[in-house]
Amino acid sequence: MSDLIQKLRFSIVRNYKIFFGITITFLCIGFGSMIMRGFNLGIDFTGGTIMDLYFQRPVKVVELREVMSSQGLGNSIIQLANSDGESSPDVLIRTGIITEAKRREVVEALKAKFGEYEIQRIEQVDATVGGELIEQAVTAIVLSWVLMIAYISLRFEFRFAIAAILALIVDVSVTLSYFSLLQIELDSSFVAALLTVVGYSINSTIVVFDRIRENMKLRRRTETLSDMIDNSIWQTMTRTFYTSLTSLFSVVAIFLWGGETIRNFSFAMLVGFSSGIYTSSLLAAPMWLFLRGKKAGD
Amino acid sequence: MRWNELGKFLLVTLAIVGGFCVYIRPLTHSIKQGLDLQGGTHVVLQAVDTAELKVDDDAVKRSVSIIERRVNELGLTEPLIQRQGKDRIIVELPGIKDPEKAIAMLGKTAMLQFIDYDGKVVLTGNDLKDSRGQIGQNNRACVSLEFNDEGAKKFAEVTARSIGRPIAIALDGKVLTAPNVNEAITGGRAQITGNYTMEEAEHLAILLRSGSLPVKLEIMENRTVGPTLGQDSKEKSITAFIIGCAAVFVFMLVFYRLSGVVADIALLLYTMMLLLVMRYLNATLTLPGIAGIILSIGMAVDANVLIFERFKEEVKKGRTLRSAMDAGFDRALITIMDSNITTLMAALILFYLGTGPVKGFAVTLALGVILSMISAVIVTKYMLHFLIYSNFTKNPWIFGVGAPKAEEVAEK
Repeated sequence: MSDLIQKLRFSIVRNYKIFFGITITFLCIGFGSMIMRGFNLGIDFTGGTIMDLYFQRPVKVVELREVMSSQGLGNSIIQLANSDGESSPDVLIRTGIITEAKRREVVEALKAKFGEYEIQRIEQVDATVGGELIEQAVTAIVLSWVLMIAYISLRFEFRFAIAAILALIVDVSVTLSYFSLLQIELDSSFVAALLTVVGYSINSTIVVFDRIRENMKLRRRTETLSDMIDNSIWQTMTRTFYTSLTSLFSVVAIFLWGGETIRNFSFAMLVGFSSGIYTSSLLAAPMWLFLRGKKAGD
Repeated sequence: MRWNELGKFLLVTLAIVGGFCVYIRPLTHSIKQGLDLQGGTHVVLQAVDTAELKVDDDAVKRSVSIIERRVNELGLTEPLIQRQGKDRIIVELPGIKDPEKAIAMLGKTAMLQFIDYDGKVVLTGNDLKDSRGQIGQNNRACVSLEFNDEGAKKFAEVTARSIGRPIAIALDGKVLTAPNVNEAITGGRAQITGNYTMEEAEHLAILLRSGSLPVKLEIMENRTVGPTLGQDSKEKSITAFIIGCAAVFVFMLVFYRLSGVVADIALLLYTMMLLLVMRYLNATLTLPGIAGIILSIGMAVDANVLIFERFKEEVKKGRTLRSAMDAGFDRALITIMDSNITTLMAALILFYLGTGPVKGFAVTLALGVILSMISAVIVTKYMLHFLIYSNFTKNPWIFGVGAPKAEEVAEK
């Protein structure tokens, strides 16, 4: 397998325009979408209520809408899970921000109309929580970057640290882009997924940088810096490929079989990991070269 | 062939595989499960100022102890009441049967008032000694009240001057009942009757005897997972776990052969260690946490891959298996340390800043990084060492670190 990978060998540094181009194009589309369409923010961010109730008899959307309207909540989002096309006992209702007392009133009204129910899931979040969550997420990510810059500067050098963080910024942006483009709902677990992506991507980047650090010492005068970087990336390519595969096995398993509840969470990991593989092997090292003030081929 | 070394290898293998088969199940079950897996309610209460009272430290403290009393009366195993920050209280009710009623009860101020015919408040909840849900007259549920000494005195006095007139009993400003007084009541007891079920009467009694909240508590966040969904999540995450792990195991076997076997054994030990440490840290297993474990298994092999790839490079340079392995380990160790320490930083920050399930996830992530390093660096190293020093083969192909030897190719 590793022989096969080595046969693919091409200069990553000299073809940097292609890889940077792909990333920049994608990010432009992504940022465009973030500005134009924004995000599909879940109730963790906006505040509001989600009720997933399982009634003893199948219920129709029209009937549900009636009850919600009578409660003054006609604009609620109503979905049926496992619907036979018309009705289902499993009902998902999302409302705007309402008080707990109001929610109980709604539930009582539903009970009066459709009979007993079993709670699958209720999530009620106050509006103020969302702002705190965003603040917390941004602080967490920025703080982790500061720590990483410090460590990498200590063990490697400052420019490695900056190149690594730039790669991470790309990963985070790519993940956010997907969520905006596909309008997938963002919830609080997204923050955890994003930080895992950061942790994974930095790990891969460091493996490449470690090789560069080692090869720097062994470098002959005849070898250009660009060639040395290419060598380093390709020497670690089998490892990158294998580890990416095993990590993706895990993520895909969670995505496909882990259930609906953590699907968005695992999707964030899926796109983030993929981006991490891309940035750590194709973008990070050339960026370091450019940060040293060198051009491809030097 | 040195049987001694091979024997050590087999012994360690047997111990780890055997231990895994026997302990993995009880170990997994002994870890506390989060509300998203076992079902339950997570509520965040926020104390808010009212016209009468501003929220201060003392008021929140008293509220916490009143909430504690209320929750303890529900008879749940391991409920959690925790103050968060200045003015918030987190309440977790695992395995609660009727979350709606419980939540309604938590935030209730439960200010009891007795109001005479002049509209004057004559007694309050502070005059109570006890209250119980009971079956009263006509087999109907009611709440019995017992006053303390001072309360009993006051009650006797009030009833004496109210004969023939009603006294209203109100909770949080809402009149529950307003019976006519027939005679002076001197025994220090009263009853609230109404159209209650036994359960409702008991809940009301709990509220009254736990006392009224000094400040208004608003429900800021409510996350409830029903037992069915919890069970469903649990089953699905087990499926994902088995499939994800199986794929990683098979991959390592196919690509690294005997070294892959060693890596897989190290993974088994890693999984056990992870669960064991989680148990002793009293960590809670949540759905994102399980996802984190599955993920960490995919990432834990990374250390092995790094070692084996170095091993392979050293073999290619023409070294013997023995010296290639030692050199491979030494060099890979630096890479593993540097890359994992940077990853650990993300986990640490997540741990310090995260709350609830996110925090649990961070613990899994951090433990995963540390333990996978230990299992790869120590376990893989010694097991490979035993195998290679047993001299049972000198063929690098068997270890997945070199091309098949020329004579074997010729045979085929």
